[in-house]
Amino acid sequence: MGNAYNTLVVYPEKCNGCGECEKACAKAKADSTDIVHSRIKVLKNLEDEYFGPVVCMQCGEPSCVKSCPAGALTKNPETGVVEWDEDKCVSCTICTLGCPYGGIYYNPLMSNVMKCDHCGGDPECVKVCEPKAIEYKTEANVYKDQGEREDLFAPGLAACLGCNMEILIRHTLRHVGPNTVLAAPPGCVPGIAVVGINGFTGTKVPSFHPLLTNTASMLAGVRRYYKHIGRDVQVLALAGDGGAADVGFQSLSGAAERGEEVLFVCIDNEGYMNTGMQRSGTTPYGSWTSTTPVGSSLPGKSGDQKYMPLIMLMHNCEYVATAVMAYMEDYHEKLEKAIQASKKGFAYLHVFSPCTTGWRYPQEKTMEVQRQAVATNTFPLWEYEREAEKFAFTHPVDNPTSMEDYIGMLGKFRHLSKEQIDHHRNTVATRINLLKAIAEEGIKPLKAAV
Amino acid sequence: MQTKYLIIGSSHAGLTAAEEIRVHDAGGSLTMLTMEDCLPYSPTILPYIVEGKVEEKLIYLRDEKYFQEKNINFLKGKKVVNIDAKASKVSLADGSEIAYEKLLVATGGNPTVPPVPGLKEANYLVLQTMEDARKINEVAKNAKHAVVMGTGLVGMHAAEALGKKGLQVELIRGRRRAVLPNYFDSDAGKLIHQVFLDNGINCDLDKHVKEVESANGKSKVVLDSGEALETDLLVVGTGVKPRIDFLGDSGIQADKGILVDNMMKTSVENVWAAGDVAQAADFYGKEKVLTGILPDASDQGKIAGLDMAGDKAVNLAFDEIGGQAALSYRGGVSMNTFNFYGNKSFSVGLSLANEEDGYEIDTMSLPTSCMYQKLVFDGDFLVGAVGINVTLDPGILVNIIRLKIDLKDKKAEFASNPLDMSRRIMWDSWRGAINTAG
Ligand SMILES: Cc1cc2nc3c(=O)[nH]c(=O)nc-3n(C[C@H](O)[C@H](O)[C@H](O)COP(=O)(O)OP(=O)(O)OC[C@H]3O[C@@H](n4cnc5c(N)ncnc54)[C@H](O)[C@@H]3O)c2cc1C
Repeated sequence: MGNAYNTLVVYPEKCNGCGECEKACAKAKADSTDIVHSRIKVLKNLEDEYFGPVVCMQCGEPSCVKSCPAGALTKNPETGVVEWDEDKCVSCTICTLGCPYGGIYYNPLMSNVMKCDHCGGDPECVKVCEPKAIEYKTEANVYKDQGEREDLFAPGLAACLGCNMEILIRHTLRHVGPNTVLAAPPGCVPGIAVVGINGFTGTKVPSFHPLLTNTASMLAGVRRYYKHIGRDVQVLALAGDGGAADVGFQSLSGAAERGEEVLFVCIDNEGYMNTGMQRSGTTPYGSWTSTTPVGSSLPGKSGDQKYMPLIMLMHNCEYVATAVMAYMEDYHEKLEKAIQASKKGFAYLHVFSPCTTGWRYPQEKTMEVQRQAVATNTFPLWEYEREAEKFAFTHPVDNPTSMEDYIGMLGKFRHLSKEQIDHHRNTVATRINLLKAIAEEGIKPLKAAV
Repeated sequence: MQTKYLIIGSSHAGLTAAEEIRVHDAGGSLTMLTMEDCLPYSPTILPYIVEGKVEEKLIYLRDEKYFQEKNINFLKGKKVVNIDAKASKVSLADGSEIAYEKLLVATGGNPTVPPVPGLKEANYLVLQTMEDARKINEVAKNAKHAVVMGTGLVGMHAAEALGKKGLQVELIRGRRRAVLPNYFDSDAGKLIHQVFLDNGINCDLDKHVKEVESANGKSKVVLDSGEALETDLLVVGTGVKPRIDFLGDSGIQADKGILVDNMMKTSVENVWAAGDVAQAADFYGKEKVLTGILPDASDQGKIAGLDMAGDKAVNLAFDEIGGQAALSYRGGVSMNTFNFYGNKSFSVGLSLANEEDGYEIDTMSLPTSCMYQKLVFDGDFLVGAVGINVTLDPGILVNIIRLKIDLKDKKAEFASNPLDMSRRIMWDSWRGAINTAG
């Protein structure tokens, strides 16, 4: 598997041309105030006031490396940084012919070429960039770390093109590891072959197919049995919103209330997508589904979505969090906490999981839909840790983007009237205010109430 | 011996081809041959080895561990003497044979020796292989005086390297009465020439070799003027031609080099050629050309490797320009750097073009500080550039030339501020490409 790497991302439209990045780079690299030594360059002094930083992109297939006759440039397979070896370099500068981005420059004061090396993983330019035109993205670490773990899911699967679940299942199983028993109640998770076809499971861990109604109680029993015989086995549910919030709720609520040592992941695609896109309790107001059709008398679902994560929080679980695959680092952090919490009590993760088929949006937009859901506060990311008495937003959105940005992406909302969109806006506002109040007030009074 | 992929040559073209094959085919048996006795290196490094700027052991492009990890059977000291394309096998100088399914010829070039009477018989050296560099260093140890024939890249590099070693160097031009005539016009050439003179290299462009005499290991170079230069070391650097003496009756078509199409395929099934040995599409004209530069060797090697591994994506990835496979070879753009006595220069594209041919030329020259800049425009398109001791990103200029970016109303601003403007155009076109792709 190819490695994923941290990257310096540049947003030229945010750059104000202040040049602080160049100063910081020259200082860090040559202990100098002369920006000739800077590996990052800001375009400026152009007639129409255009600014933008230019810096090595640490290419996947770097031309500079291929055109170096001295073997002085190499791409570090661990960090992805294209490294320059001063001892080998003969200063022929052929690398500068190869780079189409101007990422490697000749420095006349040093009589050498120079290029960005990410400051060994802590780039100075990023720290001083006030308008945030340069960012150091570290998400890739997640993929790298998980890439080293065993993929416990079959290479082939039967999901719709663009489905969010493959990435979710692979990442989750890699992280929880092989010492796991997996329950997948009816829904898309078993539908894409997790529990198997023709006597073979799609996972490399024992997995079973409980009823929609009894997932949490069966898992509680499995965990108790293994504990009884002295084995610490992780039990995990990958359930849809039907198997968690609707049909599965009774056993889920009971297990949570009893504090069973279970990790329960609800993959919320806001409806019964596997059986033909019927509405569920988490289907949002106004959505088209096959049971809430849109026509002359009905404008989609008439009632509101139930907000499952808060309901679970009120069960006094060890750990409750909301997550999306589009913020993978955040997901893995939460998953790790949930795994630890599930050794002591109930852990619940609510993952917002768009469905290209049922929600009617283009296959390649699955991640973008999630980002917009977060950016509009439609699906805020937060976590609750019982022991630490902590409730916190993990990706606070202070200036949410317009609700239309999210709604406009989805076919299931295409028919919404202005009033219906306002209704959405209000629901979202009420919810985020409630969550903010919880975050501000702290969790103690809440616990007392429980 | 039997192998799926056989690559003759272990330099830029061969190495990038192997790398690319391994991206698409991790397991297919791959054998790489070099006639030389060492790990892969670049001939471009040789002047620096002569100069002593870097040690031989540091500059190998790959080590044994790499070949093990990539599962490549790398064989040193194996010289191919014949290709039997019908039987899909090659014969080696040691008498053995290797059968292949797919063959890449990446054998580079051999120095040419001008038809100067007495030269062939003389004790001259060339600079094309590591062995050549070692020999020059061996002779140079006890030499006081050297004659370098040729004022192209190799000759100029060799003269500087030998001069820095303390030899008295006489640099004599080849056919053309100029220095680096393939890359620099006469104004730029004069600046470079002067720096060589200032650094003690004797280089009178009026001088021309008439014949060479040899006596007890030493050579005597006789000039047209009648002047005779007795020398300890005679280095010839007057050009290279593709190494194709092993084609036999394989049917592989060759002109100056092996003729290849845009995927580096030769006229014969299952045989590809890339690098200095290949005669391939020209970026400008219809005639196939030799390019003889390192970046092109790498580019061509990559394309050959991709095609040899049979990646279907290549044929699927058509782009709008001419319906040609996106990753196929579009013809090389001339480009080089030349760094001499602490000065930096580069030449890209149609750097020799002049106004008589209908091009618009923008030059800036400061001879006292050895600075020169030349931009060549064809209408609103940049087609060439030269810089001596100026701050520009040659790679960005190459890309602007390659992508044929229309500068439109930005041309004047480009000419007055090429550094920032070229960076900006690069940035815009790169982001534009991303945006249209998304
Ligand atoms: C002194 C010097 C300076 C240069 N400076 C520059 C420069 O500044 N910029 C630039 O762009 N280019 C420069 N070049 C040119 C550049 O080095 C070449 O373009 C490049 O090396 C071509 O790569 P290649 O893989 O095609 O072939 P080569 O590098 O020539 O390699 C050929 C390979 O084939 C092997 N081989 C040949 N024949 C056989 C056979 N019969 N059997 C087995 N193996 C065989 C050789 O052992 C070698 O491994 C310079 C070259 C020289 C000599």
